[in-house]
Amino acid sequence: MDFLTLVQILDSTLRLATPLLLACLAGLFSERSGIFDIGLEGKMLIAAFASAAFAFVSGSVWVGLLAGIVASMLLSAVHGLASITFRGNQLISGVAINFLAAGLTVVIAQSWFAQGGRTPSLAGDARFSGWELPFAIGPSDAAAAGRPLSELIAQAGPVQQVWSELVSGHSILVYVALLAVPATWWVLYRTRFGLRLRAVGENPEAVDTAGISVIGLRYAAVVICGVLCGLAGAYLATALQAGFVKDMTAGRGYIALAALIFSKWRPWYALGACLLFGLLQAVALRYQGLRLGEVTIPVQVMDSLPYVLTVIILAGFVGRAIPPKAGGAPYVKER
Amino acid sequence: MERMPRWADVFLVPLISVMIAFAISAGVIWAIGQDPVEAVRLMVSGAFGSTYGWGYTLYYATNFMFTGLAFAVAFHARLFNIGAEGQATVGGLGVALVCLSLPWPHWTLALPVAMLGGALFGALWALIPAYLQAKRGSHIVITTIMFNFIAAALLNYMLVNVLKPVGEMEPASASFPEGAHLPTLHQILAPFGIEFSSAAPVNITLFIALLACVAVWVLMWRTRLGYEIRALGHSESAALYAGISPVKIVVVAMLISGGLSGLMAINNVMGEAERLVLNSVEGAGFIGIAVALMGRNHPFGVALAAILFGFLYQGGAEIALWMSIPRELVVVIQALVILFTGALDNMVRMPIESAFMAARRRRKRREAMQARQPSPGE
Repeated sequence: MDFLTLVQILDSTLRLATPLLLACLAGLFSERSGIFDIGLEGKMLIAAFASAAFAFVSGSVWVGLLAGIVASMLLSAVHGLASITFRGNQLISGVAINFLAAGLTVVIAQSWFAQGGRTPSLAGDARFSGWELPFAIGPSDAAAAGRPLSELIAQAGPVQQVWSELVSGHSILVYVALLAVPATWWVLYRTRFGLRLRAVGENPEAVDTAGISVIGLRYAAVVICGVLCGLAGAYLATALQAGFVKDMTAGRGYIALAALIFSKWRPWYALGACLLFGLLQAVALRYQGLRLGEVTIPVQVMDSLPYVLTVIILAGFVGRAIPPKAGGAPYVKER
Repeated sequence: MERMPRWADVFLVPLISVMIAFAISAGVIWAIGQDPVEAVRLMVSGAFGSTYGWGYTLYYATNFMFTGLAFAVAFHARLFNIGAEGQATVGGLGVALVCLSLPWPHWTLALPVAMLGGALFGALWALIPAYLQAKRGSHIVITTIMFNFIAAALLNYMLVNVLKPVGEMEPASASFPEGAHLPTLHQILAPFGIEFSSAAPVNITLFIALLACVAVWVLMWRTRLGYEIRALGHSESAALYAGISPVKIVVVAMLISGGLSGLMAINNVMGEAERLVLNSVEGAGFIGIAVALMGRNHPFGVALAAILFGFLYQGGAEIALWMSIPRELVVVIQALVILFTGALDNMVRMPIESAFMAARRRRKRREAMQARQPSPGE
């Protein structure tokens, strides 16, 4: 494996980790407030569809992004209503949301576009294009030189390769996702809202006694979760790929959930976990079966590795993962 | 004090929840520019209008009975087994290994062993999440979700690298030997002079599923183990005080649950496909959640709800064929049923409860008034 191949794998790691990271942070806000959310998958999926559909119709990816966020927030509102207001089972609500999104996206896509449950391909302004950072070799340089981009990068020096291939050329949402990590950390650990949010996930009675609304805080967390899932879904359909296809989240919501446990509900660790799972996906995508000396690791093992790792972490053999204490339990004000 | 009569709790609340779910589904059909009345008519005639339709409805219902019972048994112990999909997948592997291992002379010999294989593999797939929940406190929802994905990868690996016959391109096992083919309802009913469609996949497994419903009822309400499972589900501290070991009950309940999921494979793998294919479970594991919630985790309710979902599945296939409504509409209906009977239960329950309470208060007040006023005869 030469240096450029390594850079390319890391580049694709970053691309594949972005939706995981956004969804993982979404889950982090929700679960830190005591609302379990296994509906990340569904929210991403409906956001992917809404963003692709509205981006196609309007021709503007920003309209699509907004539509994706709104769609995801609507499902978040359902989850909030079920688990906060009506004190229902949060897991059942999450399962329902995943199915609702899986069904509705295909039914509506078929009705609007009649292309077998997908949206038409997005092109031009209806899609997020790569951001070219200064000094990086990008498509414009390739056009000026009249040679393919890959050839230009292959001939560049290692620093330029890292800069052009790995750091530059991603859509804006990749950088947003990376910036969301310190932002989440800051909100959670350096603001009053964050302190209250963490408290409401551990001990809602104490928060209530202090005269702060448990319900308000939890709804706020669920709304933030909806926005971040909306970004994740929009990234899938309008940046990573060009358009929506049936079930395009392909379990990413669950991998994000795995990453959330892996990171023990902490933002910086979430970045690490998502990059690790992104790397696994990138390697599985590039090599059908990885050869390590004499042994070939089948691609199925690579596919299931995030789940196996999560089970091992959950088992508590490698550092115990302890969820927020009040997670999953609806709050009943004492009478 | 009972807030409302038992019949309201058992029938009225689920009925209203399902009605709301269906009404919204009709709204979805209307919103995509189709006629809901026509859709319902097509669904009913497609699912119940012929023995062929019945055959598919009951075939799907058989799958859902197993997964619904699986979810219900675990739920009684307050365990949220979301892993029926994976357990049924691995159960399919067990059934396929049994069927392919010997040149079975007759299905009566193959069936019991295949049942054992399916149940054993399904139970084993539930064992690790159960153990981790009981001993290490890892949340069973997350572990069973993870095990669903691991099961899919395992099946993929086994089909591509182990079970696929040499020279075949499709990732599927060889067809099962003739002696491992189960009798269909057509073959069972023919000696009685009853004509039943020979094209429908419903088979003897239907009766095994119904027996399983009875067996689960006996287990849950007539045995000590069932009592212990339900006691643990009601209150762990009370169960502990009564000398019930939570670790044992959690593991046993999950083994039964996984075993029931695994048993489903004799219907879809042995009865229908007669070989093992990718994604053979087709989401039946998840539908079990809706079936159990709707059936209030009671075997009788599960059986009824399974038939309802069998109808939805077969009817959904029919409207996908004849109208421009995709099959995924069934997934929407399923989601709405889960949402309203499961998560939004209180939304339906609370107004009904307060209506009953208000009626009771009115009655009490009237009685009190009558008691105070002396009757004219005195």
